[in-house]
Amino acid sequence: MTEKKTITLLQIYPRDMNIYGDWGNALVLQRRLQWHGYHVNLIEYNKGDTFPADVDIIVGGGGQDSGQDIIQNDLLTIGDRLKQLAQDGVPMLVICGLYQLFGNFFKTQDGHTIKGIGLLDIETHAGPERLAGNITTHSTLFGDIIGYENHSGQTFLSTETTPLGTVVKGAGNNGQDETEGVLHHYVIASYLHGSLLPKNPAIADWLIEKAVTRKYGEFIPTVIDDRFAVEARDVALKRPR
Amino acid sequence: MSKPYVTLLGKTVRYIARLRGGGSALPGLFVEKIDPDFIRRTLADLTHGVVVISGTNGKTTTTKMVVELLESQGLRVFTNRTGSNFARGVAAALLGEVNHKGELAADIAVLELDEAHAVNFVKNVPPTHSLLLNVMRDQLDRFGEIDTTARMLHAIASATTGGVVLNRDDPRIGAAAFVQSLDVPLRSYGTHASLQRLFPSDDDLRSDDSALPKSAHLYADDTSLESLDGQTATISYGGKTTTVNLKLNGIYNTLNAVGAVALCRLIMGDNLQEAAMIEALQNVTPAFGRGETLTVGGQPLELVLVKNPSGFRLGLSSFSPDGYKTMIAINDNYADGRDMSWLWDVDFNSLQRSGVSTVSGVRAFDMALRLQYDEIEIAKVEPQLTTALRHFISDTNQPKRIFCTYTAMLALRRELAKITDVEHIS
Repeated sequence: MTEKKTITLLQIYPRDMNIYGDWGNALVLQRRLQWHGYHVNLIEYNKGDTFPADVDIIVGGGGQDSGQDIIQNDLLTIGDRLKQLAQDGVPMLVICGLYQLFGNFFKTQDGHTIKGIGLLDIETHAGPERLAGNITTHSTLFGDIIGYENHSGQTFLSTETTPLGTVVKGAGNNGQDETEGVLHHYVIASYLHGSLLPKNPAIADWLIEKAVTRKYGEFIPTVIDDRFAVEARDVALKRPR
Repeated sequence: MSKPYVTLLGKTVRYIARLRGGGSALPGLFVEKIDPDFIRRTLADLTHGVVVISGTNGKTTTTKMVVELLESQGLRVFTNRTGSNFARGVAAALLGEVNHKGELAADIAVLELDEAHAVNFVKNVPPTHSLLLNVMRDQLDRFGEIDTTARMLHAIASATTGGVVLNRDDPRIGAAAFVQSLDVPLRSYGTHASLQRLFPSDDDLRSDDSALPKSAHLYADDTSLESLDGQTATISYGGKTTTVNLKLNGIYNTLNAVGAVALCRLIMGDNLQEAAMIEALQNVTPAFGRGETLTVGGQPLELVLVKNPSGFRLGLSSFSPDGYKTMIAINDNYADGRDMSWLWDVDFNSLQRSGVSTVSGVRAFDMALRLQYDEIEIAKVEPQLTTALRHFISDTNQPKRIFCTYTAMLALRRELAKITDVEHIS
C-alpha cells in the first residue's frame, strides 16, 4: 500500500483570533481532506512563532478588538511571506478580522489607522453600527453562499478587486455596494461565519482542490454525504435576518 | 398616575395575559410604559435592599440558590423566578407579589438580570449588593464582543452601594483592569487551583494560557470550593472548612452554589445563622431546565440548558453519557441567538461512544452537520420538537438526557407537562 498523500493545513492566530466558530472552518477542511483520502498535518501559527516552511492551505478567523491588537504587529512581520504564498497559488480562507487585516488598512472610530499587510487591495472603515444577521450571497463560482455576519467595519474594494459574491440578503462588505468578500488568486476573504465552510462545502472542496492540485498535480474527489449541509442550507435561507 | 391604579391595571393585564396563556413579560411591559418609576418605588422600602445577580452562565440557578439561602435566614425574599430577566420581567414578577396598594411583603429583593438590561436597571435602582458570575462567549449577535459584556458587569459593580461578590477565577471579572477601578467593598469566590482545569473558560478554548493579567488584588473575604467528589463538596471561608452533600449535579452548579454562599455571608454579616445556611445549601435543587430531572415512562429524564460554547462544554463534561440516551434540541429564536457559529466551538467527542439518539429544533440540521464533522452517529434528525420528543421518550428502557437551547427547553417542558409532573413556572 502506498503512503497517503499529506496536506499541511495551517491555522493562523487561532489563539487570539477564533471568536465565531472559526475552528469549524479548520475542522471541515481537515475532515473533508481525510474523507477524500489525504493525510492532514494540522498546524498552528500564533504570535511569535516561527512561520512554517511548507504550507498547503491557510485559514484564519476573527477576533475581539483586543485579539486584533495582540496580533497586528506580528502579522506585519509575516505579511511578505503570506503575499508570496498567495502569488504561488496557495489557497487561503480568512474571515472577518483577518480579512480586514489582509487589506491595506483599518481606520478605527477615533480616526486611528491600523496597517494591514496589503495582500488584498481593500480598505476598512469603522462603521456607525454593527452589521449583524443571517446573510445570503451569490457567487458564479459557488452558487448561493450562506452564513451569518457580525461586523462593524465597512470594507471597500478597489476597482480591480473581485468580490466573492453579490449580496442577496444581508449587508455584506459595507452595506452599500452589495458586494461581499474578496476572491484574489486562490485567497477567499469573507465576513461570513456560521461557520462558513460547513454549510458551504463547495468552497471547502474548492480550497482542497487547489491545494492538492498544486502539490500533487491532480485531485480526485470522493463523494461525501452532504445531505445535512443541504438541509441546513435550506433552513438557514428561510430564517429571519 | 397614582400607585394603586398602576398596580390594579397591571394586575388586570397580568390576569388577562395568563388567561391567554401568554408570556410573563407582557404585563411588565405595560406597567413600564404607564409608570416607569414603578420598579424603583416598589423596591425602595425593602429593609435589606436589592441584590442583583448577573453574568453569562448560571444566573437562574444561582438566583434560586441565593433566595433559598436567604430564606433560611428568616428573610422574606422577592425574586423574578421566571427567568424573565429583563426589567419588564421584574415588573411582571412584582405585579404578581404586591398587594392592591402596591406594597411588597418582603425584606429583600434578589434579581437575576440580563447583562445588557442590568446596566440600565442599576441606573434607576442602585443595588445594595451584587454577584458577578462569569463572562462567556454568548449572544455575540446582541452584544458584539465578550469585552463589551465585561464592561456591562463592571457598570453593575460600579453602581452597587454595599458590596460586590465576584468570581475571582473568571479571566475578565478577576482581571486587574476590572477590579482596580472599583471603590465598592469587594469579596471573592472561586475554586482551589487544583479544580480550575474543570472550569474551562473561552480563553482556554484553543490554548492553555490565558492572555489577561490576573488581578493580584487581595479580597477582604474569599469563599472557596476546595474539593468536589461527586455531590460532596468541601467549601472554605473565614478560616473554616465545611463539607456538604449537595443535591445539585454538575461542577458549574457547585461553583454557583459557592458564589451564593459568599453572597449570603456578605448580606447577613454578623447575623448569619450558619447551620441554617448549610442545611439550605444541601437541599438546593437546580432551577428548571438547568439539570433538573423529571420522570418519564419510569425513567429519569434530565434537561440541560445549553446556550453558549462554554455552557455546552461544561454540560457535556458534567454529565457522563454512559448508559444514557442523548437528545440535542437547537433553536435559533432571538432568545437563543440567531448565529449557529457557537456549535463549532464545542467539542462533541465525549458523545463518540454513545452516539446521539435524536437531534431536533429549528436548527436540527446545523446540529447534525456539526456532529457529522466529529464523526458522531445520529439515529434520527427531526426538527419538529414535539414529534422528536415523543419518539425519544418512546423507549422506556434507558435514562435520558436532553441538551436544549432556551426556547427549545420551554417548548419541551410544555410538552412534558402533559405527561409528567413538571413544576409550573408562571
